[in-house]
Amino acid sequence: MKAAVWVGLGALAALAAAPLVLEPYPLTLLLQFFAYGLALLGLNLLFGYTGLLSFGQALFVALGAYSAAVCTRKLGWHSFELVLGVAVVVAVVVAVPIGLLCVRYVSIFFGMLTLAFGMLFHSFLFKFYLVTGGDGGMLVERPSLFGMRFAEMDKTMFLTRPFYWYALGLLAVGTVVMWRIVHSPFGLHLSAIRENARKAEYLGVEVRRLRLIAFVIASAFAAVGGTLLGVRTGLADPELAYWTHSGNLIFMTLLGGFSNFAGPLVGAGVFIFLQDSLMSFTQYWRLVLGVVLVVIVVLFPRGLVGLAQSLVARLLRRRRDAHAHRNA
Amino acid sequence: MPTLIETHDVSKSYGNFRALSGVTLAVATDEFVSIVGHNGAGKTTLVNVLTGLLRPTSGTVTFKGLDVAGVGPVRLARLGMARAFQLVHIFPGLTVRQTLATAVVSQTGKAFHLLASLDGDAQVRSQVEVVARLFGFEQLDLEARSLSQGAKKLLDVASAFALRPEVILLDEPTSGVSTADKHQIMRVLVDAAKEFGVRAIIQIEHDMDLVSEYSDRVIAMHQGQVLADRTPAEFFGDRELVATVVGKRRARE
Repeated sequence: MKAAVWVGLGALAALAAAPLVLEPYPLTLLLQFFAYGLALLGLNLLFGYTGLLSFGQALFVALGAYSAAVCTRKLGWHSFELVLGVAVVVAVVVAVPIGLLCVRYVSIFFGMLTLAFGMLFHSFLFKFYLVTGGDGGMLVERPSLFGMRFAEMDKTMFLTRPFYWYALGLLAVGTVVMWRIVHSPFGLHLSAIRENARKAEYLGVEVRRLRLIAFVIASAFAAVGGTLLGVRTGLADPELAYWTHSGNLIFMTLLGGFSNFAGPLVGAGVFIFLQDSLMSFTQYWRLVLGVVLVVIVVLFPRGLVGLAQSLVARLLRRRRDAHAHRNA
Repeated sequence: MPTLIETHDVSKSYGNFRALSGVTLAVATDEFVSIVGHNGAGKTTLVNVLTGLLRPTSGTVTFKGLDVAGVGPVRLARLGMARAFQLVHIFPGLTVRQTLATAVVSQTGKAFHLLASLDGDAQVRSQVEVVARLFGFEQLDLEARSLSQGAKKLLDVASAFALRPEVILLDEPTSGVSTADKHQIMRVLVDAAKEFGVRAIIQIEHDMDLVSEYSDRVIAMHQGQVLADRTPAEFFGDRELVATVVGKRRARE
């Protein structure tokens, strides 16, 4: 617990200092990492803690990006705090009815229903050209942060300095909030649902209601991540809602490991940098990612963080044994 | 003695099969009732109806005077009825502490405290420790999956007690447990019930030694009906009845 806090603070400090040393390009990748990190914190509440695997999480990421586009472009609301508020409200309003329907089902049925809603939204974005811009998407204008527009900065400068720190701050706040949620009485009930929903009911756990709340929280986190993605690329793209994008989110979760808190964050980071370097290296990058996924699922089902944890545990054990041996 | 649970003319059919027909019974405060009968006599269906999991095809089920037919286990847990299962029903990946805390969180109405710290909750902690001590759990941070079969069974029952229910239904609390452990579990159970102010225990039990030693009343089920509702002395005094309900071999023993 203590160690986790120190690791977290260390990572935060390193990431905060990154703009002073790194080139703009890796910083924009880190920005992408902050966005996906937020979405995955939410997805992990749903999957890792509650045991519901959503194949439609991209819907809410896209909702966030489109909220940013509508606010900045159509309504002329440039305050990013306002954009975030709108994105969260929209996500909640959409998540409640979808969730009410989906949480009645579990396992594959839940997954397929969420996938169906995701596809539905993707078609909507494509077909309702006048509202959504169709396949071209909608532009997202540069928002103001705490009322500041940073008009003197070019786009790269804006994204890699003020917006970078803003996004990092959001990820930090999101991480603390999620940490508290999973360590609350509510979080315990979610874990009980994942382990054995029938037994949980007999212990007075309100299974459906809690699943719904987890679904709504996950959606809100995804939407916040989506606003960051929208600002980063300057575009709300219908591809954000496509099912392969939901697949990427699940890939990241599996890569890092969903049986622990930090796994999805690590998975998001590794995925983004792996994808980027593979793409510049070979046109068969999807093939390589596929192989990586197979290896992870077959050999390290607890993901990279799970692997690291068992390595550390083994190292500590060996050291303790050596110590005991010396004393004997 | 005031009546806690009452069923009146309860029937439950699955298509053409009548699992229960015309079951009328009442359980009062301070009773320990055993339900006995062959496999397929309708015992588990009866418990499922009593715990609100199944809605009876006809008839009424009341708990503390409220109609609870088919209301579901969550609502009944809140009203003060808990249940432990025949097959071990645990949370494999949760620790003993977390398992008991799940019930305590429900009972104290803290399930919607999204940002509160569970570790820092002294009330939950102390209630968990009381239940753990009563049931003899010492290592609270062991995962449930790593416990022995007997301990898993005990944890299942302990978590039901952690709800601090008024009535507890136990579906073969000692099945799959060695004879020595059976008596130990029953003693722990009875003590815990006293300690926690549980007002009635209803159990399904196959072991006739345990039935005669611990219960105040025996309800014998046969082909979905209540064949007899008597004290253990009366029940075991009727050779023919015992033979019908539990089989000839057991009756001769």
